[in-house]
Amino acid sequence: MAVVPAGVLAPRSTGRVPSWPRGVLIVVEGFWTWYRRNWRATAVSSVLQPLLFLLAFGVGFGSLVAGGGQAAQATGGAPYLVWLAPALLAVSAVQSAAFESTYPVLSAFKWQRVYHAMAAGPITPAQIALGHLSWTVAKMALSGAIYVAVIAVFGGVVGPGIVLSLLAAVLTGAAVASLVMAFASTVENEGGPFNALFRFVVIPMTLFSGTFFPVDRLPEWIRPLTVLSPLWHGTELARDAALGVWRPLAVLGHTAVLLGLLAVGTVLVTRLYRRRLTR
Amino acid sequence: MLRLMPGTNYAGRPGVLLERSAIVSRRGWLAFVSGFFEPVFYLVAMGQGLGSLVGTLPGPDGSPISYAAFIAPGLLAASAMNGAVFDSTFNVFFKLRYAKLYDAMLATPLGPVDIALGEIGWALIRGGLYALGFLSVMAGFGLLVSPWALLALPAALVVAFAFAAVGMAATSFMRSWQDFDLVTLAILPMFLFSTTFYPLSVYPPVLQTVVQCLPLYHAVELMRGLTTGAVHVGMLGNLAYFGVMIVVGVAVAARRLDALLLR
Repeated sequence: MAVVPAGVLAPRSTGRVPSWPRGVLIVVEGFWTWYRRNWRATAVSSVLQPLLFLLAFGVGFGSLVAGGGQAAQATGGAPYLVWLAPALLAVSAVQSAAFESTYPVLSAFKWQRVYHAMAAGPITPAQIALGHLSWTVAKMALSGAIYVAVIAVFGGVVGPGIVLSLLAAVLTGAAVASLVMAFASTVENEGGPFNALFRFVVIPMTLFSGTFFPVDRLPEWIRPLTVLSPLWHGTELARDAALGVWRPLAVLGHTAVLLGLLAVGTVLVTRLYRRRLTR
Repeated sequence: MLRLMPGTNYAGRPGVLLERSAIVSRRGWLAFVSGFFEPVFYLVAMGQGLGSLVGTLPGPDGSPISYAAFIAPGLLAASAMNGAVFDSTFNVFFKLRYAKLYDAMLATPLGPVDIALGEIGWALIRGGLYALGFLSVMAGFGLLVSPWALLALPAALVVAFAFAAVGMAATSFMRSWQDFDLVTLAILPMFLFSTTFYPLSVYPPVLQTVVQCLPLYHAVELMRGLTTGAVHVGMLGNLAYFGVMIVVGVAVAARRLDALLLR
């Protein structure tokens, strides 16, 4: 019988089960390793896309509303670009959160089966869920930081408050990502469910959450619905922070809603991952 | 045009592809129906909300029109483009590479040209239905003020045909999903900058020329002219742009599919 030297057939094992938080970090590291080699593919969606929106609406559309008294009243006197930029930060976080939590999740369950590979080791489904969520959030924070720099170049930053806006945007994105991941982990087939999610949840949320114009300009019957939109809470937070408006009660309320959604999403996503990976 | 296409690969039965697509979308009807809502959401949000910030804008003939009347034709053109491009790129690529649908079809008496025409035909039917729906919504909001608006539907079909043809030709060159970033890279700036949301006069002169070269700009011009009734001879030029796109797109798509499927 041939003798196989140790370490040729199998990578060296430490023989130890990682601690719980370390398991989550290992999952994050796995995604990071992939991303380090493939980041170029995401450059368009994560950097260029929000940049184009900033140009089209902040600069292009902004020049239309520059002189109008109506607009000045709506933005509280701030230039349209300055008023719009923090909200776009939140929108881009939410959109990338929604996208990153749909097809990549389905792919890891169904096509590439990355999750099953991870779950074959001593990593639990809950650690996989939290690891993927943390990775999504980290990526969002990174592209958000780049976006802040771009906004600054175009003159959309008036103070250090934009850093708090970034935090608000990332929190909003995290809440949305956890909920969408939970949803995606119940999806068996591409196409229908995700299309419905984007068309009936993500796009209306983007349009009706006070990003491009104040929500009081919406038809009467839509306005109450904005309270349901995590993006509206995020936009309010991000905009107040960037413009230096301090409304303690509002900040508390919006933050509580977002943290609540994140908590619900996290509980759901860990349970649903366990269900799907152990069936 | 028939001479440009490899005639031996055409069985004259693209209709069976339409039939198949209809059966498939009956199962995924939600995805089918939802395509109609997207431009409507945009119209309600942007028309009302952004409109309250800008008031009126100069229309195609210089007379002021409401902001909703200004962006509605832009959204119509953009939705014709988006629908056609999505159908002819993502969907076709999936069927070509993953579902191996066309390989299966070629095992029957169908040629690559049947497939190309059938797929483009379905994209047109779908786009036509969405355009019709959107035009009815526009009529409901009182944004159609001229009988010329009746021509907006056929114009939307021409626009969709052109984008579907070019999209399909482009798809035949795609190697992986990574390449679809290039589709986004072409579509999104066009959607945002082709005078969909604000007039050309916003741009400095150099950029105006660049914008005027984009296909969606010509689609928006056509739609805006037709829905507001400001029709002029120059619109034939806009139309000719799409004629060229259709001829080139169909010719390239048919040849490439031929090479991809029958090699």
